[in-house]
Amino acid sequence: MSELAHPAWPLLAGAAVAAVAPLPVRRLVALLAPLVALVLAWRLPDGAAVGGALMGLPLIALRADALARVFAIVFALAAGLGALYGLEPARQRLLAAGLAAAAAAEGIVLAGDWVTLYLAWETLAVASFVLVTDGRTARAWRSALGYLLVHALGGALLLAGVVWHLASGGDPRIGPLALDGPGWLVLLAFAVNAAVPPLHAWLTDAYPESSPAGTVLLSAFATKAAVYALLRVFAGQEVLVWAGTAMALYGVVYAVLATDIRRLLAYHIVSQVGYMVAGAGIGTALAVNGAAAHAFCHIIYKALLLMGAGAVVHATGRGRLPDLGGLAPHMPATLALYMVGALSISGAPLLNGFVSKSLVLAAAEATHRDTAYWLLTLASVGTFLSTGLKLPWFTFGGAPAARPAAALPRPMLAAMTLAAALCLLLGVAPGLLYALLPFPVAYAPYTAGHVLESLQILAGTTLAFLLLKETLHGAASRTLDVDVLYRAAGRLLRDGLAPALARVADAAEALSYALVARQLPAPDFRLGVPIGYAVLITLLTLGLTLLAW
Amino acid sequence: MRGHLPVLPLLLTLVGAMATPIVALVAPRAASGLAVGAAAAAALAALGGLADVLVAGPRRYALGGWPGPWGIELVLDPLSGFVGVVVAGVGTAALLAGAGGARRVYGDAAPTFHALALVALTGYLGIVASGDLFNVFVFLEIAAISSYALVASGGGPGLVAAFRYAVLGTVGASFYLLGVALLYALTGSLNMADLAARLPALAQSPLLTGGAALIVVGLAIKMALFPLHGWLPDAYTHAPSPVTALLPAVGTKAAAYALARILLSVLGGGDLPLAMLLAWTGAVAVVVGGVLAARQQDARRLLAYSSVSQMGYIAIGLGLAGTSALAGAYLHMLGHALAKGALFIGVGALLLAGRRPALAALGLGPRQPVLGACLVVAALSMVGVPPALGFFSKWYLLEGAVAAGQPGLVGAILLGSLLALVYMYRLTGAVWFGESGALPVAATPRPVLAVLVVLAVATLGLGLVSGPLVDRILIPAAVLTTAAAGP
Repeated sequence: MSELAHPAWPLLAGAAVAAVAPLPVRRLVALLAPLVALVLAWRLPDGAAVGGALMGLPLIALRADALARVFAIVFALAAGLGALYGLEPARQRLLAAGLAAAAAAEGIVLAGDWVTLYLAWETLAVASFVLVTDGRTARAWRSALGYLLVHALGGALLLAGVVWHLASGGDPRIGPLALDGPGWLVLLAFAVNAAVPPLHAWLTDAYPESSPAGTVLLSAFATKAAVYALLRVFAGQEVLVWAGTAMALYGVVYAVLATDIRRLLAYHIVSQVGYMVAGAGIGTALAVNGAAAHAFCHIIYKALLLMGAGAVVHATGRGRLPDLGGLAPHMPATLALYMVGALSISGAPLLNGFVSKSLVLAAAEATHRDTAYWLLTLASVGTFLSTGLKLPWFTFGGAPAARPAAALPRPMLAAMTLAAALCLLLGVAPGLLYALLPFPVAYAPYTAGHVLESLQILAGTTLAFLLLKETLHGAASRTLDVDVLYRAAGRLLRDGLAPALARVADAAEALSYALVARQLPAPDFRLGVPIGYAVLITLLTLGLTLLAW
Repeated sequence: MRGHLPVLPLLLTLVGAMATPIVALVAPRAASGLAVGAAAAAALAALGGLADVLVAGPRRYALGGWPGPWGIELVLDPLSGFVGVVVAGVGTAALLAGAGGARRVYGDAAPTFHALALVALTGYLGIVASGDLFNVFVFLEIAAISSYALVASGGGPGLVAAFRYAVLGTVGASFYLLGVALLYALTGSLNMADLAARLPALAQSPLLTGGAALIVVGLAIKMALFPLHGWLPDAYTHAPSPVTALLPAVGTKAAAYALARILLSVLGGGDLPLAMLLAWTGAVAVVVGGVLAARQQDARRLLAYSSVSQMGYIAIGLGLAGTSALAGAYLHMLGHALAKGALFIGVGALLLAGRRPALAALGLGPRQPVLGACLVVAALSMVGVPPALGFFSKWYLLEGAVAAGQPGLVGAILLGSLLALVYMYRLTGAVWFGESGALPVAATPRPVLAVLVVLAVATLGLGLVSGPLVDRILIPAAVLTTAAAGP
């Protein structure tokens, strides 16, 4: 069917053009490609198209339904917002990798079979790796390597799971999996991408190291593609409810403690994705709707928040709270737009976070998961505390510590304005969003009770902040996260296991090696040594062979 | 003419090898062109042979009109046709890329290099084409002796490396020959098809057991299967650049082919414990080779150890001996030949342009993006990132390992990919961002760049068409080696 045009194509083509084209063309393409993708995604009819076969398996590159469409639309939207934000200076690497990542994310949500999913999954990892390197610092490269390694591990798990699933006669089309052998492998791979603690450190490590626009683009794709995959494959798995609730709290706690503004917001990705994972775990129609809606809204307001933080980094060259302060008079527009995002993520009425988060909470309530409900509500308190109060207070308020050196480029402000407008639009007219959701929505977010509860939380949190703000300033204390464990494991691997393994390898090699010397000295033609070793090892092998016969 | 397709490739390289030094007496410049032309003609002939197999089915060719089982028989079937194309094709690319370097390295002696390289190619093509065990030995030695000379041709540490290579290679060849002698004593035949028919009746004979073990160990040395790889790292590190473009890409593949053919279709070893031992040795090779590669500071040595690791993948496939595992192993021969050829050619070009081989000194920076990009594509294939060829071969290997119920082998295959990511990241990172990136570097010659681009495009393009490739050629080749394995 010709109307089933894949939204990834314009994005991929855009990425290819952006990688080589001169500046004006690059800018045009970077805006045009997401726009075309958005239109295509919007108009996708339900259905599937077989796009050939690979290794004897049908490749269903495009399988659209309502759930896939929600994500396809918001990924195109996020690509457009991110590209607009990065339009100045419009580096090739940023735009090409950003569009490629968006294409890969579209590929994931529209994949109809496991092989296509895997291919898109790996493409997303590589494109995101390049996005992290857009920070162009030694730290960014180090974090990017970490990102690549973790995602290579995740990809390997997914590959093993998929091959196992297919080899044991599983359906090549994507569908719910039971939690048996291959199921666990696939779930683990999804959990890596969804940044479920303790597998999340790649996110909080790498996202803040990219360029401002790179972080905005990164924040949209990897975790939300994983949420989609969880909704599609593991909806209703009880373990996800608890994983998600733990994520929501975990991210918030670390966000409250964080001092780097973009790392703080990165922890909130973990936290907010927790709501979606919990929604996938609850698995009812209301919960799936809620997870999808929350992913949609989260991508927009998180982009807005990271745009605001990125604008601060761009203008001052600094990103740590102790180095910032008093920016409000210099960057009033940034502050105002940032606050729209901050109130959205905190679930303030009239903004989009309110209409999506409450769906997940209502689903938890409706299925009588009281503990999860209260813990998720508690996470909301911390969310407002850190993104809505702590970050803006110490960045824009207080004593002047840093003056902006550079004026904000126009495209940055335009992107922020657009994102803020979307937050407001979806908050005021939730019907627009609800119409996109996979299941019919019979839910009214604006009841007196909901609004009142939300306002109470916001007011109470504000009061608590004003009392506690001195302790929250986040002096240069280092917070311990599991990345410390990662690093300890890395050190153990580097200093303990790798040398041990290397010693074993060396010993095995020395045994097979003709001469003992590692470095080649002057030519040495002692005949006995090489022949002796060769015969020894060969006899050993022969003996083994005969034993095993 | 079509009837002669099995012998044509090796005849062309053999005649080319003899003609090159003679032409060089008259027109030294034309000699290298002639050598590359002969290799290219052989590649075309091999391609024609493969096409003929696809259309007309396998072909047995009695050399000189003497019929088997006593005459010398050549066999052209999907497996030998495919490996022949790999060897001749990648060999041609290596000769073409090495032609300029050969003039720089050898000066007036460049035609000798070309003649030797063609002799080596003749040997490899002969191994692939041969239908009887003794001729495999003859061609193994032709290839090996010319390889020793090639490795030694740069002098210096290459001499020691070549000596070591010669000693271990000879041990390997002797074991192989001893094994063949035992089988001959048992059956009175050397013809592969004939032996395959006779051996099942003699399955209990200790002579068969001993002969098979000797043959497998001998060929494992030739394919540098850990822990019998001792000759390989030094040989690949210290050989001159034009040689390292050729030998690593094709040398070990021909030996692996011989192992596949003899172990599986002649000895019927697919069901034997020996095969499982081979698979697990391969798994150890994948991991140990990968760890060793990740630790190297010298780019060529890193690539050499990565060869040890990658040959382990092929051994896993041969040992599992299922249809998809074998298809994966054969596809990996192609993928690894292309990728490793490109990597060695690229690194060799950097060395000829004045860079030192230490990773820290390899930096090129972004000034030669084509060379750098080709290296990245080859590296992606080594890691197994889709759509590069390396991904598909690992997929089939994984499928085979899962089907055989071997989670340990699955783990080794995946761990090998992660290790490949580490060492390939180190290499490509050093090329793109090394500290010497700001230093001047001579431009890469156009033929070298052209060959690199062709290899990179083939790595990606053949990956995309690997489905038909596997269905039409490799599955029949795998069936060929498994079907004969039954009693």
